[in-house]
Amino acid sequence: MDAQIAALLAQDGFTNGAIYALLALALVLVFAVTRVIFVPSGELVSYGTLTLAALDAGKTPGMVKLLVGAAVLATVIEVVSTLRRREARRLLPRVLLWGGVPLAIAALVTWAAPLKPPLFAQVLLTLAAVGALGPLLYRIVYQPIADASVLVLLIVSVALHLVLAGLGLYFFGAEGSRTPAFASAQLAVGSMTFSAQSLFVVATSALAIVVLYVLFNRTLYGKALRATAVNRIGARLVGIAPDFAGTVTFTLAALLCAFCGVLIGPITTVYYDSGFLISLKGFVGAIIGGLVSYPLAAAGALFVGLIEAFASFYASAFKEVIVFTLIIPVLLWRSLTSHHHEEDE
Amino acid sequence: MSADRRLARAQPQGAEPLLRVDDLAVAYGNVEAVHGVSLAADKGRIVTVIGRNGAGKTTLLAALMGLLPSRGRVCFGGDDVGPWPVERRVAGGMVLVPERRELFGTMTVADHLELGAFARRRAPAAARRRRRDEVYARFPRLAERRAQFAATLSGGERQMLALGRALMAEPALLLLDEPSLGLAPLVVRDIFTIIAALRETGVTILLVEQNARAALAVADYGYVLETGNVALAGPSAALAADPRVAAAYLGGERG
Ligand SMILES: Nc1ncnc2c1ncn2[C@@H]1O[C@H](COP(=O)(O)OP(=O)(O)OP(=O)(O)O)[C@@H](O)[C@H]1O
Ligand SMILES: [Mg+2]
Repeated sequence: MDAQIAALLAQDGFTNGAIYALLALALVLVFAVTRVIFVPSGELVSYGTLTLAALDAGKTPGMVKLLVGAAVLATVIEVVSTLRRREARRLLPRVLLWGGVPLAIAALVTWAAPLKPPLFAQVLLTLAAVGALGPLLYRIVYQPIADASVLVLLIVSVALHLVLAGLGLYFFGAEGSRTPAFASAQLAVGSMTFSAQSLFVVATSALAIVVLYVLFNRTLYGKALRATAVNRIGARLVGIAPDFAGTVTFTLAALLCAFCGVLIGPITTVYYDSGFLISLKGFVGAIIGGLVSYPLAAAGALFVGLIEAFASFYASAFKEVIVFTLIIPVLLWRSLTSHHHEEDE
Repeated sequence: MSADRRLARAQPQGAEPLLRVDDLAVAYGNVEAVHGVSLAADKGRIVTVIGRNGAGKTTLLAALMGLLPSRGRVCFGGDDVGPWPVERRVAGGMVLVPERRELFGTMTVADHLELGAFARRRAPAAARRRRRDEVYARFPRLAERRAQFAATLSGGERQMLALGRALMAEPALLLLDEPSLGLAPLVVRDIFTIIAALRETGVTILLVEQNARAALAVADYGYVLETGNVALAGPSAALAADPRVAAAYLGGERG
């Protein structure tokens, strides 16, 4: 292999790695705040790509039906629990939040789809539609069992993953889709060429990471999520409701997943079930970070991207095998060197 | 039981107390740890609950805060707060400084104070800043350490941070669970001085303590909890003079 090829592979690796890094951050965030291992993140990635592809084709994405169904269900649950707690005064805002917002997004997407809006508007619609699934899934599936053990939450996650994958097949069909490139230029720097698409992916991922950093270190709500992750009881005692933290977390995570789907769309053909393998690689990155450290998770995800790129060059048929096998020594090393801090402050 | 009732009723004169607890029972699974406790705290007063290890003091406070399910009635500011989740009680002005402090280890002192005001996030930023400066004035040690992580603070500093964080929520009723726990005698004195000074702010305090002498010295009214029951109650001076209290809780202890 000469330097040119190595540089190309590294570029591929960094591009995919950047996407895995975003997923790794989403998974660490969800686990830290809610103790949920968010297996269905992969489906949200697929939904992201396929929703954008549908909008690009001028079709209404099928997942709008899920959005409507979930909004209705979540609203019913909210109304019942609000009345049961005798908080009738808060009924209207909650109905607007849980029913009104997602239904408005569904209506907007349905209305805009045949108009073929510009790519940028399609991306925003995709983020809104898939992002809105996050809090709805949390409200319907996870919030009622928020105090269950990590194992129970994991089992529920796996079940939800299967349900969403099945619905994905129903909504989007079995064919894969690719979305148009955001940028098609090639930039030559000396003897190396960079594709503008790769640079775009790496740059927007880096931007997303910076935004998250600022959110968590400079804003009250970001700090509230961190506080919940560090000490749930302490967070409750200053008035941060776990349900609130979970809802915000799942919204952020779903937005990140949808964004990953948008970014990966022009790079690979995505099928209704492709997301699982993609998010599994993000998950490996997250595990390298012990499911707690954001920088380590991001670095681990980049590492996974690089291994994958080089593995696909040497033995493309065994790409996945090599990726997941090479991870084992890293995980062993991690588990031997890291100590588990349970929740004592 | 009937004696408890009479004593509990004997305290509030006229106006409805800020906190009124009727016949509160708390169980862990099948084991009941607090059996039908009734107590009341008038606005602006310091009321103490003393009792030995395992008497049920922490359990009582956790139930009042909504952290544990309970039977009986808890009325706060005229509302039956039974169905309220913890966060709503905090927003309503009930704030607990728990026995285990429950700080955020990897966050700074300044972050704790900012988060302490989470329930008051709709208040003007200037009011929150003023509140924070008051807390720093009350606890100069915290002001010096505003950028330090909670996990690296000393025991006394942690307790001050827990108190400071609670004060940021503008409590009407402050529930303190053994604020002197694990602290050196000099620091204990500081903490009780601070508690006495808090009275000036008009906040009502329910103080749970094992350090009975210091607690009765600072409080207006006291309850003695024994194995989940109120065994005695009365004005704290009367309790301190009661031979049963002296023998069981004040003997040898010089606070
Ligand atoms: N999580 C729990 N599960 C079962 N029993 C518990 C639990 N927590 C406390 N208990 C029991 O409830 C009783 C009261 O405990 P509690 O912590 O309220 O006592 P306390 O008065 O605060 O004691 P201390 O002064 O030591 O803090 C004890 O017998 C204790 O063993
Ligand atoms: Mg206790």
